[in-house]
Amino acid sequence: MSSVWAIFKREFAAYFATPLAYVFIVIFLFTMGAFTFYIGRFYETNMASLEIFFSYQPWLYLFFIPAIAMRLWAEERRTGTMELLLTLPVPLWATVVGKFLAAWAFTGVALALTFPIWITVNYLGHPDNGVIVASYLGSLLMAGAYLAIGACISATTKNQVIAFVVSVVVCFLFTISGAPLVIDFFQAWAPFALVSAISSFSFLTHFLAITQGVIDLRDLIFFFSLITLFLAANIVLVDLKRVG
Amino acid sequence: MLEIAGLTKRFGPITAVAGLDLTVRKGEVLGFLGPNGAGKSTTMKMAAGFLAPDAGSARICGHDVEADTLAAQRNLGYLPEGAPAYPDMTPRQFLRFVAEVRGLSGDSATAAISSAVGNTELDPVLDQPIDTLSKGFKRRVGVAQAILHNPPVLIMDEPTDGLDPNQKHAVRELIRAMSRDKAIVISTHLLEEVEAVCTRAVIIDRGRIVADGTPAELLARSRHHNAVTLQLAAADAERAAAALTTLPSVASVEHGPKNGTASVTAFSKDRAVLIDDVIGLASREGWDVKEVYAEPGRLDEVFRSLTTHDATRARESRA
Repeated sequence: MSSVWAIFKREFAAYFATPLAYVFIVIFLFTMGAFTFYIGRFYETNMASLEIFFSYQPWLYLFFIPAIAMRLWAEERRTGTMELLLTLPVPLWATVVGKFLAAWAFTGVALALTFPIWITVNYLGHPDNGVIVASYLGSLLMAGAYLAIGACISATTKNQVIAFVVSVVVCFLFTISGAPLVIDFFQAWAPFALVSAISSFSFLTHFLAITQGVIDLRDLIFFFSLITLFLAANIVLVDLKRVG
Repeated sequence: MLEIAGLTKRFGPITAVAGLDLTVRKGEVLGFLGPNGAGKSTTMKMAAGFLAPDAGSARICGHDVEADTLAAQRNLGYLPEGAPAYPDMTPRQFLRFVAEVRGLSGDSATAAISSAVGNTELDPVLDQPIDTLSKGFKRRVGVAQAILHNPPVLIMDEPTDGLDPNQKHAVRELIRAMSRDKAIVISTHLLEEVEAVCTRAVIIDRGRIVADGTPAELLARSRHHNAVTLQLAAADAERAAAALTTLPSVASVEHGPKNGTASVTAFSKDRAVLIDDVIGLASREGWDVKEVYAEPGRLDEVFRSLTTHDATRARESRA
């Protein structure tokens, strides 16, 4: 456990050692605001809820999260520190988990900094704060799932751009797998069980359920098992590279 | 302390390391030599647990690197090729991180770091980002990281690459000082380094060991081993060369002009000691000798005769 903590601390500090963290946070907050107030017309809807704010999050995460995850392994590979990291006496799972948790914590910081909008909505009206808390937690969970995908893909390459682009595409597929775009394609020929299995992988469906204030255990299990699955794949991929 | 048996690694059609056997004992400083691409770094990467071998095994202090990776790595200090370190960290932060990962904390971590920093003379740059350091300092950050936990086995891939002569000397002194209670492997392209610090030299070529011995033993394989060179007046050169050829212990003679005087080199038959015969002859003949010396041998000559040129090797591996 102490090695997870050591890896976590280094990785988390690495975000703030360069302008990356600050640039990311500023642009993230700005974009969140722009979408909520201008495109989502937050004021015009006259509703004391953050539904609009949260409804854009999956789409923004689609680009922001792969940008956080892309460097996790690709950079280590490019600079050669991978060799150092993997020859230190740390179990591989601890390295993978430590890195993931650091990126997740960083995302958490960025998400937490959107708090002014929560204050705003409470100032303007009487929102259901329980729903908002649930939505924030759901958002964090979904971010974790995107991150696990991004980290896993980052482990396959030393090129951060490739890691970013591939992660965006994979995350996109997971986001919309419940949408007609995907479902119609399968519905014509695939058995019903397959279609419903595919649509059940949709981040949107699970996330929307949470933002309605309904915390269903199945939605939580979905995100947690997806994170676990991709972290396991991450471990396997890093280990496979040792074979050369 | 370090036992490598039948270690093999293939990359596609190319066999980088072909069944290497090597044992390094406590007190030994093994110089690992070979042309670029001979398999030195690949061997070291496998011994450190970064690459998985296709066959064979490496054991560190009795722990199999593949089966018991963490125990093996705890007993190993490893400087990877190119001395990688996190560019955004300062040496102090970086060494703290390595100490923590290695399970050192509190006073023992502080003590380990200050001793490693002292040994590698990193004090002046401790709080500067590694990114901004000179090549010499970066290399020493890598060395400091490797010796931090005082490991019984130390593997360093080109520890003195990029260092100036003063820094090289300091690192070699450090290696010598540590060698008493450690098994140390260093790879290098600098043949003088082998003579300066190594108790044993291993030359590999195409993934195989082609020579293994003390530096003196390798030198004894050189054509120049025990050869005698005379510096004498240019007028005497031809005569001296002819006379030397008649000595029964001389195999061949080469001569050439050098700064107004001439130099004549007599190569010894069977590389036996020749200098007494040459000096005897010179005083009998009354040559005007300015300088005379016997050569221990030339390591670069041995190296070249045992290893292959990279272009040749690349052609062969494609064929």
